[in-house]
Amino acid sequence: MSETSDNTIVFHNVSKFYGEILGVNRVTLEIRAGITSLVGPNGAGKTTLMNLMCGLLRPTRGTIRVLGVPTDQPQLLFRKLGYCSQFDSFPGGLTGRDFINSFLRISGFTRRQADELAEKALVRVDLIAAADRKIGGYSKGMRQRVRLAQAIAHDPSVLILDEPLNGLDPMVRAETIALFKQFAAEGLHLIISSHILHEVDMMSDRVVLLNNGYVVAEGGIQGVREEMDVEHPVQVLIRCDRPSVLAAQIFQNTDVVEARVHDDRKGLFVKLRNPDQFYLSLNRVVAEGTIEVESIAPVDDDLSAVYEYLIGAQ
Amino acid sequence: MATEANLSLWVRQVRAIVAFDLKRNFFGKRALLVYLLAMMPIALLVLVALLNPGGAEVSTRLPIIYSVFYNSLILRTIIFFGCAWIFMNLFRGEIVDRSLHYYFLSSVRRELIVTGKYLSGVLTSVILFTTVTVVCMLLVFFPHYYSSSLRFFFDGPGLGQLVWYVTITILACIGYGAFFLVVGLFVRNPIIPALLLYGWEWINFLLPPLLKKISVIHYLNSLVPVPISEGPIAVVAEPTPAWISIPALLIVTALVLFLAGTRIRRMEVRYGSE
Repeated sequence: MSETSDNTIVFHNVSKFYGEILGVNRVTLEIRAGITSLVGPNGAGKTTLMNLMCGLLRPTRGTIRVLGVPTDQPQLLFRKLGYCSQFDSFPGGLTGRDFINSFLRISGFTRRQADELAEKALVRVDLIAAADRKIGGYSKGMRQRVRLAQAIAHDPSVLILDEPLNGLDPMVRAETIALFKQFAAEGLHLIISSHILHEVDMMSDRVVLLNNGYVVAEGGIQGVREEMDVEHPVQVLIRCDRPSVLAAQIFQNTDVVEARVHDDRKGLFVKLRNPDQFYLSLNRVVAEGTIEVESIAPVDDDLSAVYEYLIGAQ
Repeated sequence: MATEANLSLWVRQVRAIVAFDLKRNFFGKRALLVYLLAMMPIALLVLVALLNPGGAEVSTRLPIIYSVFYNSLILRTIIFFGCAWIFMNLFRGEIVDRSLHYYFLSSVRRELIVTGKYLSGVLTSVILFTTVTVVCMLLVFFPHYYSSSLRFFFDGPGLGQLVWYVTITILACIGYGAFFLVVGLFVRNPIIPALLLYGWEWINFLLPPLLKKISVIHYLNSLVPVPISEGPIAVVAEPTPAWISIPALLIVTALVLFLAGTRIRRMEVRYGSE
């Protein structure tokens, strides 16, 4: 096993079929430390990919290794991996503390270790006050957090979170995202699925876009966006005092594909292919002093735009 | 994190699973049905004790009456369906509740999950049904024949018979338990195989000697201390000696559990398709 694959999650040509129904097909991925988000519509294969990573599903074809460990060896895999699934269900009659504690004991921790780790995890997700209450009486957000606590209790290096922000109120969402960023800063691999694109955008180092069981794009959001320049030119909004004059001047630039004056007549939308070249020529226009430019901001270099271009249109 | 891949870690993990499941077997919402089932023969005998006028001496028929009662009601019905409920729910109940994945996401070999759950089922059923066996036998003898029953148990064959009934109960829990655990693991609707086995066990007395041996009840009946007649149409077969029936039952149980351990390694968690 190479050193690289011992530090990454590797999918090699992985396919999963449920009978004749496709789960995911020919997925080859390498996921490094940091936050990687799985993005795609319902049925795209996000949960299948996560369940494959955890050994809850077995690939029909291909191999998966999580930090060098094959997924059919739970006794080794789950020393390194924690999974917070989407299933909002628990063994009956347990308190939050008992729930975390019991599965730590089943993982082989002594009573003392389990008590300490459960306490630490409950503090981390801010659930210590409700730790000794029955889970049956928890709110949806608390249930989500106790599952998160259970997933992180054994200090895993890889944390897989299926829609972890579901059911959380805005305040807790922000705290949870901050917690994820902290995990990533500590060197963890975080794999998160979410359908809330602006939150994914805010926290992810990388995205894997899935559709109909196929990986349609992967990498940093900027990188993915740049690769789409030919088919989907970058769009920027230039706020200025004379947008019509600016439009006439920049049309001489061959990188400009389209220019449209903003409805409020105080800005210009420009679609362009080579942003760096364009910004240089725009500097020259501004230097002439005939037009006063207030700001330049890309309007479609975020995940929502990438998603819309790659998946939304299909 | 416990890193030692050795016996002590496995023992600790199995103990943790047993402790966790025992609580749920005894105090979970599904335990009520087993308690009701277990109470049935006891309630019946209490009723009989209250209505029966009694007599001075233990009748020679009482051991036979208990043998019939034990065989037809306790063993074939109460223990059979009690074990079916307890052991099928060890896995099937988790699948229905969508909580099996928590075990599968723990750092434990899946074979140990089978072992731990099976042992928790055996402990639960043995505690419940040996209690039923003992209480029922005492209820048959003691309410009206106290002093002669004392003599029957302590100076006669009574205690020995009781030990054998308890042994049969324990073996029944072990044997039926393994079968129902596997059924609960791999069959979506476990009621059908349970009813098929129930029917097979009931027609056992009609089967030719060779087929009789492909059943749990044949080996258990071979151990009954007070043999009973199976009726005029029964096919008579030599009972299997205890030194064969007990190891045979245990070996078959071990094989069934080995099969379960092998299969569970490849098991997927897909609640949506259950």
